Amino acid sequence: MANLRTMSFDAVIVGGGGSGMRAALQLAQSGYNTAVITKVFPTRSHTVSAQGGITCAIASDDPDDQWQWHMYDTIKGSDYIGDQEAIEYMCQTGPEAVFELEHMGLPFSRTKEGRIYQRPFGGQSKDYGAGGQAARTCAAADRTGHALLHTLYQGNLKNKTVFLTEWFAVDIVQNEDKAVVGVVAINIETGESVYVKSKATVFATGGAGRIYASTTNAHICTGDGIGMALRAGFPVQDIEMWQFHPTGIHGAGTLVTEGCRGEGGYLINKDGERFMERYAPNAKDLAGRDVVARSMVLEILEGRGCGPEGDHVYLKLDHLGEEALNAKLPGILELSRTFAHADPVKVPIPVVPTCHYMMGGIPTNVDGQALTIDREGNDEVIEGLYSCGEAACVSVHGANRLGGNSLLDLVVFGRASGIFIEKKLKEGIDLKEATQDDIDRAMVVLNKINSSTEGENSAKLRGELQTIMQNYFGVFRRGDFMEQGVAKLDELRPRIQNVFLADKSLAFNTARIEALELQNLFETAYATAIAAAGRTESRGAHAREDFQERDDDNWLCHSIYFPGSKEIGKRSVNFSLKTREPFEPKVRTY
Amino acid sequence: MLTVSIYRYNPEIDQEPYMQDFEFDAQGKDLMVLDVLEKLKVEDPTLVFRRSCREGVCGSDGVNISGKNGLACITPISDAVRGNKLVIRPLPGLPVIRDLVIDMAQFYAQYEKIQPYMINDSAPPKIERLQSPEERSKLDGLYECILCACCSTACPSFWWNPEKFIGPSGLLQAYRFLADSRDTGTEERLSNLDDPFSVFRCHGIMNCVQVCPKGLNPTKAIGHIRKMLISSPA
Repeated sequence: MANLRTMSFDAVIVGGGGSGMRAALQLAQSGYNTAVITKVFPTRSHTVSAQGGITCAIASDDPDDQWQWHMYDTIKGSDYIGDQEAIEYMCQTGPEAVFELEHMGLPFSRTKEGRIYQRPFGGQSKDYGAGGQAARTCAAADRTGHALLHTLYQGNLKNKTVFLTEWFAVDIVQNEDKAVVGVVAINIETGESVYVKSKATVFATGGAGRIYASTTNAHICTGDGIGMALRAGFPVQDIEMWQFHPTGIHGAGTLVTEGCRGEGGYLINKDGERFMERYAPNAKDLAGRDVVARSMVLEILEGRGCGPEGDHVYLKLDHLGEEALNAKLPGILELSRTFAHADPVKVPIPVVPTCHYMMGGIPTNVDGQALTIDREGNDEVIEGLYSCGEAACVSVHGANRLGGNSLLDLVVFGRASGIFIEKKLKEGIDLKEATQDDIDRAMVVLNKINSSTEGENSAKLRGELQTIMQNYFGVFRRGDFMEQGVAKLDELRPRIQNVFLADKSLAFNTARIEALELQNLFETAYATAIAAAGRTESRGAHAREDFQERDDDNWLCHSIYFPGSKEIGKRSVNFSLKTREPFEPKVRTY
Repeated sequence: MLTVSIYRYNPEIDQEPYMQDFEFDAQGKDLMVLDVLEKLKVEDPTLVFRRSCREGVCGSDGVNISGKNGLACITPISDAVRGNKLVIRPLPGLPVIRDLVIDMAQFYAQYEKIQPYMINDSAPPKIERLQSPEERSKLDGLYECILCACCSTACPSFWWNPEKFIGPSGLLQAYRFLADSRDTGTEERLSNLDDPFSVFRCHGIMNCVQVCPKGLNPTKAIGHIRKMLISSPA
């Protein structure tokens, strides 16, 4: 093999979204030589699409609000398989992390008192569920993700972070001790492959919603970190847990924020009935997302869907008035007019549950260190590898994420990863150099694609994959269907591995990148399928027709998918809080 | 059938760029221009363009559509087809890397020049810095910029002086910080802009306003900066 050029850094962050840039900022501020590998210009990352806000107990809307109540809501929302230690850390550290963003310039909306505006979101309560609906989601109109991502990019510019923009990480480089010592990456503009060497490699690669045919996710959400981790032999956790957002625009899949319902909007069926009153008498339209999404699908299946095909429901906003909609939900008006040809000021928006968020991911501890599981079932740190944001499963979302918690997760754990790596770098990190063979191993997939002489078109294979996932692993799941789905994926695997890249040119060859992304999509989808078929219960977003009840005796645990054996194992959920007794599982109602 | 005429250039193969016509059947649907590009790429994977969010918030897919700069993902073909023909070219005025992908380095360099970050060296409070809704409303129409470059690449002044004139996008962002009640860098910011080119090359042509896919008004922001420059003690 030809020798690749090597670039060396103290820390390399793969992914230029919210969590990656928050981690990078932490390290760059401390003067460490930090690079961000990002396949799109950083402000094009999917964080930009987050709308409604960042949930955090900053006690603006309610001066008596407590982070402990947010912790309770998050644990309940997770259907009790979120790690309580991580949730405690996130909710407690949250206010500090959010105020830092404000100090950096994030243009939050404001209250009369000049504080950050907070709106109600689903699953939020006061006083551990006893005090009614809380308003805890800090918002910059309905463009909070955009405001947050641009602010973080600006902070990184100020602190001179190195951006390897429009570079694509191909695979992990492991040394002879199996420690992670960087990645091989392609400069998309020139086509050059480079060994990017690092003492700490952070996967902040985001989600993989593109495994489904209908998703709110950007084209770029292809599970690159998940694919790389699995190919390196590392496990992923709770990967069967996919959130279907209740309100994706019918047909287009684009997101309509839960903030619409927070501001007083509600869902109606074809009879104009506010049906959530039947399914969740207290929280109604602001029940957990899993609950609302399932209720919508049941309405549709029972013949009360809207439109000529009866295949969606309506989100009604017009009663809120034009002035309020312009002030609080301007982006939604724009999106609905463009993609649904519906003006929410006058008519309701056609919506349908749409794949939105990957609760599972690379298992980590609260310091962002990636974990694997040893033969005895104990956690074992993977030297050199870290993960944060949607790619990671720390796990604060468990089986169902609450709205507004994704932005908090990525800021808090991007920051925590940065702080921990900083500490490690100060102490001194001494990892063995990668040999030529070690680097060559990270080139195998790319070399195979580059030397392909026949095979199928990657876009067509991607379409097949997305259809299988949509049909067999959607909102409702059933054992026999999922078995068929797994068989179809088994049939698809060699075809995807043998994908044909006809155009071998170097300059900005996005066909090559898409062929690589397809490998990552497939690995993520396959892990999802095996884990979904394996979890024989219903919990959070994972709803099975053949196992309709939650089964705490057998499944109050994380699933762990091992890529070598393609089997799932179990890992215990953390129930140890530092500040109080843990929250015991209860029946989850809203 | 629709004729889609696309600018093609692969630096490794082509001596010079050319327009390639594709016949495309939209099946009666009013697709977005990006949907058309995606479908064409399935058949011809060598076709290259940038895209990410596909909903008009990430700013990746700014292109010139039948003569007007815009985002492919939120431009319906019904708005762009002229005489059964859809013409898609890269944004004008910056170097082309391949097909519809331009080299945006110059555009980003102008953005970096305006110090696009909060300047406030006072010790922050334990909570957020307070800002009234009225003060905050001054940022509306400014902070929403998505850096798609549709405006700057539609600006004749930017075509002439891309190294010296900040351009509408960068100036909109400059004013976003000048207008922020929390920012204390006003003097420093204004002195950085106080030369014959950075701001004053704007001749009020207003192409930027006409093309901005987010409905923002850089010309107005530039007017505010001019006023601040003229009235600030030199």
